[in-house]
Amino acid sequence: MAANPMSQFDVYRIGPEIKVGAFDISFTNASLFMILSTVSIMFIFNLGSKKNSILPNKIQLLAELSYTFVSKMINDTAGSKAKPYFAFIFSLFMFVLFCNMFGMIPYTFTVTSHIIVTFVLAAFIFIGVTVIGFIKHGFGYLKLFVPSGVPAVLLPLIVVIEIISYLSRPISLSVRLFANMMAGHTMMKVFGGFVISLGIVGGWLPLSFSVALTGLEILVAFLQAYVFAILTCIYLNDALNLHH
Amino acid sequence: MVKKIYFQSIFFSFLFIKEAFAAESGGMPQLNPEFWVSQIFWLILTFGIMYLVLSKLILPKISNNLESRKSQILENIEAAEKQREDSDVKLKEYDEIISKSRLEANNIFNQAREKALKDISAKREVLDKQIDNEISEAEKEIDALRKNAPDKINKIAIETSSELLQKLIGAEVNNSSISAIVDDLSKRNGDKYYGN
Repeated sequence: MAANPMSQFDVYRIGPEIKVGAFDISFTNASLFMILSTVSIMFIFNLGSKKNSILPNKIQLLAELSYTFVSKMINDTAGSKAKPYFAFIFSLFMFVLFCNMFGMIPYTFTVTSHIIVTFVLAAFIFIGVTVIGFIKHGFGYLKLFVPSGVPAVLLPLIVVIEIISYLSRPISLSVRLFANMMAGHTMMKVFGGFVISLGIVGGWLPLSFSVALTGLEILVAFLQAYVFAILTCIYLNDALNLHH
Repeated sequence: MVKKIYFQSIFFSFLFIKEAFAAESGGMPQLNPEFWVSQIFWLILTFGIMYLVLSKLILPKISNNLESRKSQILENIEAAEKQREDSDVKLKEYDEIISKSRLEANNIFNQAREKALKDISAKREVLDKQIDNEISEAEKEIDALRKNAPDKINKIAIETSSELLQKLIGAEVNNSSISAIVDDLSKRNGDKYYGN
């Protein structure tokens, strides 16, 4: 009787079908929530940077705390050389965080619960990091696959493993975020369905689970955004500093 | 009962809305490639615009704000430090002035004390001298009186005794013989009367 727990991830067209050549780029609910997230990010941070008062108001404090949080995260993991990429990592963190958090509101769509979205982000990061690595170190960047202090006998095996682990980075990065968001939302939906099917008598137990899960999912939403950003920083660190 | 119906109606109305949005196909909608291109397009568009706005407009402003606050706080701290140093210097000056004036006060007090002592001793000397003089004069007078005393007493004794004799005997007695007797008596008893 409960709705399919996966139906919350359905993408549907809003408005007319837009086609460019063979590609369908119609405006969908996913597009709506991407726009909502980015617009709210721009709105909040614009408000938070408008006035420059010595004693910041709440919104300014929020913006500045986020700024220092991300800047400290980058500095700790990737060092001072990563400064030019601050804006990108900040945007990335905020985008993932806001998409995750918007997904926590009932009846919304979670942009990051779609593998294609997270994979595009991860693939962009992967390609970008690789390009930066080759620009900074030339072919010396390939030393990344040859860890120092490894016996020569083991070297071929280690190099193969390193290459596989490097190539699987975009997959692990994207699947981690996507799977976390999808699993959490599915679980919440399933427990919500239990509440309905058990009714007013037995529904309280799954309802309390649902409440607890909501808290957990909010934590996960923040944590996954943080993990996504910090892994990006670590990959960037490999490309910039190259000490394996 | 009413409550149950109320809650269930809410739940079912939610379900109804959900149902309207739900797609017919089962499985994972994420793996349905129908809207992949659309999602990629809108992701790049929205994320790109947000990245540009954040990196060109908003983040530099926030960083500026943070920097200016930091520098202002540093300036304020420096100013406070300077004022503290100033106040330290002033405190030292104050302490110096206090100790200096204390010394001066001590000096003045000592000088006044010495002067007073000197005055007192000078006056005492003068007074002592005066007193000594007066004492010596008085002693001289006493001495003179003491020297004259026996003669006068002798004279009185002679006159008294001659008058006594006249009244008792009715005859005039020679003063010279009386004086000889008195002299003789006074010589004999002089020690008893005058303590010489």
